[in-house]
Amino acid sequence: MSSKTLQVARRLAQSLPSVFGVVLISFVLTRALPGDPAVYFAGMMADAESIEQTRRALGLDRSWATQFFLYVERLFHGDFGMSLNTGRPVIDELLTRLPASLELTFLGLGVAIAIAVPLGVLAATRPGSWVDHLCRILVTAGVSLPTFFTGLFLIYVFYYLLGWAPSPLGRLDIYFLSPEHVTGFYLIDSLIAGDAELFWASLRQLILPAITLGIFALAPIARMTRAAMLNALSSDYVRTARAGGLRRATVLGTYALRNASLPVLTTLGMVFSFLLGANVLVEKVFSWPGIGSFAIEALVASDYAAVQGFVLTMALLFVIVNLLIDVILTLVDPRVGLES
Amino acid sequence: MERRSFLKATVAGAGILPFLRHLPAHAQSRADTLVVVIGDGINSLDLHRQGTNRPSYQITVNVYDRLVRFGVKTLPDGTLSYDSDTIEPEIAESWSWSEDGKSLTFKISDKARFWDGTPVTAEDVKWSFDRAVSLGGFPTVQMKAGSMAAPDQFVVVDEKTFRVDVPEFSKLTLPNLAVPVPFIINSKVAKANATEADPWATEYLHTTPAGSGPFKVARWDPGQQFVYERNDDYALGPKPTLRRVIVREVPSAATRRALTERGDADFYMNVAAKDAKEMLEGGRVAVSGAPVDNCLHVLGLNAKFAPFDNIKVRQAIAWALPYDDIFAVAAYGRGKPMHGAASAKPTEAVWPQAFPYNTNLDKARALLAEAGLADGFETTLSYNLGLADWQEPTALLIQESLGKLGIKVTLDKIPGANWRTAALVEKRLPMHLEDFGGWLNYPDYYFFWAYKEGHLFNSSNYRNDEMEALVDATLHMPVDHPEFVPNTLRMIEIAFEDVPRIPLYQPNLDTAHAKSVDGYVSWFHRQLATGRLTKA
Repeated sequence: MSSKTLQVARRLAQSLPSVFGVVLISFVLTRALPGDPAVYFAGMMADAESIEQTRRALGLDRSWATQFFLYVERLFHGDFGMSLNTGRPVIDELLTRLPASLELTFLGLGVAIAIAVPLGVLAATRPGSWVDHLCRILVTAGVSLPTFFTGLFLIYVFYYLLGWAPSPLGRLDIYFLSPEHVTGFYLIDSLIAGDAELFWASLRQLILPAITLGIFALAPIARMTRAAMLNALSSDYVRTARAGGLRRATVLGTYALRNASLPVLTTLGMVFSFLLGANVLVEKVFSWPGIGSFAIEALVASDYAAVQGFVLTMALLFVIVNLLIDVILTLVDPRVGLES
Repeated sequence: MERRSFLKATVAGAGILPFLRHLPAHAQSRADTLVVVIGDGINSLDLHRQGTNRPSYQITVNVYDRLVRFGVKTLPDGTLSYDSDTIEPEIAESWSWSEDGKSLTFKISDKARFWDGTPVTAEDVKWSFDRAVSLGGFPTVQMKAGSMAAPDQFVVVDEKTFRVDVPEFSKLTLPNLAVPVPFIINSKVAKANATEADPWATEYLHTTPAGSGPFKVARWDPGQQFVYERNDDYALGPKPTLRRVIVREVPSAATRRALTERGDADFYMNVAAKDAKEMLEGGRVAVSGAPVDNCLHVLGLNAKFAPFDNIKVRQAIAWALPYDDIFAVAAYGRGKPMHGAASAKPTEAVWPQAFPYNTNLDKARALLAEAGLADGFETTLSYNLGLADWQEPTALLIQESLGKLGIKVTLDKIPGANWRTAALVEKRLPMHLEDFGGWLNYPDYYFFWAYKEGHLFNSSNYRNDEMEALVDATLHMPVDHPEFVPNTLRMIEIAFEDVPRIPLYQPNLDTAHAKSVDGYVSWFHRQLATGRLTKA
């Protein structure tokens, strides 16, 4: 057990250089982008003098090296800087927006897994059958429909025409108050507050965007499950298990699926990180106050601190998610080590 | 549980309306609450702060008062619009110019009180104006337009009398005190929250307004919504009938439209021309809008780049633009056409007005031949991706039309954030689309910003010595001065003749709202003023 903790710690230490690299690259890249934040934030009628004033006020008149050291020094104090675009500290923005995005992404991923994994398993057990074709159609549709289209389509049908879904106004409908901030996940916070009504209201807001994301994430998961299952089902150990007269469910569940879950889990990790960044369009369509729309707006306004904060957060998340997946893999399959 | 008890405490204690969880059950509350959807969120509650974005100006408009305000008039089609010709009292109950026209004295109304009940004094006005000219950036530039640049120009005569000294009389000084920038802050509250490093309390006022206006900000969830709540003690104008206005940020235009048409949102501010037209035809909601004063969508031709330094080439292009198609496809008929005037000599000193050009390719060809470019040339047309809803179709139509003259146009899309640097600061775009509008509704004010060499909105690098002299002579002149009309006519004539900026049309500012909502006023600052809105 302690050796595993040590391994995890070592993995974390190994990721430090890459995190530093991300800090450096995001710093340089934001500044290499065209667009001058001083001009942007000096406002509508600004003249040369007030642009210079703004530049000084933002500290952008100093050399890159000085700016970078100041930035890193502040990072060590947990200060991500101020987002000029939203007028709030970047850390506050990330703390309120990241849970919004994570909540949506988790649920979207959940929807995708709930559909894609059984579908992939079924398709693999009956290759060429109607289930396999259905799987193929769903998967093709999922990848080829852009998320904003799926989102707008769902809004049009379930909100505009049928009126079943609540108004696509973000995390809560207009007349609800957000629950007290504990985790930032409204579903959890509302339960902590013991408010079932609020839980239901948050869940209702989540359904359409989560389905939109889920449809988008179906493809890689279903394809990977199908391929891995096919592989496992044609393996020697499954043939042996079958020959040994084990029940079909045991063969499929314990022998095939458990072995097939390794590549599926790895894929899940990738899909998760990818979804978190890619759900910006879904956030736009559903007015979701998430991290993706924050990043895009910051990028458009050359809001350096916000972009850097976003990139850094995503890098950290990526490191953590990958580590988690690796740890889970070792639990699923003892042959897998953390060292590889 | 804690949240509930907190709510109850708030209701009982401060008398603030709770955010009822089931408003439909309380029909009364729903009737005096307005739900507004906007596309771009606010980023500060303080306009003077560095980096405050344009949508945030609406806070200032509704939450603070100014010394004076513009009146409201009814346009021929029944829409309400601000009236640039009338200036009404707000915090000042009266004002007068000195004999020499160099100082303007205001008497502060006894009815003017801040939300905390303290009276508005000349000291508050001075502190607020000092702040506007000291913090730099946009507020300082805007104050300068009214000849106000330094704190020593603002004088406290006594508690209720305030004076502005200007170097020379200017007709712009008084109207410039009615724009959003010179709003009046409760200086006692602000000073109590100022620090040595932040003497103007920018951090405090950024999140906590301290004003006297008809609405207060009850809540601001950045990136999501903010909520106005009526100031029940408001005495400087008609008391608002709405108790609360919830302004929700909805980034997707399609979602905003769906919400409005479904009736979940009462008011949709700043609707794109296409949606405005379709929603009007759909008939489920009402569409209100008026052309924006002193604003034009133009094609700029940069005189620094050959062949646009040649007046014949500029005129040729003005004769070659497909004005009707642009008005139909880019503006969706929402606005006012600005082409086809009968005479090249203006008769009325109004701006904007139709230019004496039409789509006439033969004339354009002849002019190009005179310029020695009968075979055409190659150029680049740049436009702002942030304004793609009208600029993209316009650019395509222009490209196609100029192609008929042998002018090969390459389109160049510039992201919104880079646009200002490229077009206005560096002025390096040979041919570009532009949308400047002046807050103060005087022709010479438009020419000052857009036709004078080196000025910000002169993205065409245009210079004409006569225009320079005319603008300088006219800018501060009162409109009843005998030279005002002749000077203005001459400026317009030069603009017709030289066409560094070819007007395409005057755009509308459109809103869509429930039919039960009334009292929307179209303002030059293009923000939603909630004071007069009613909901039946």
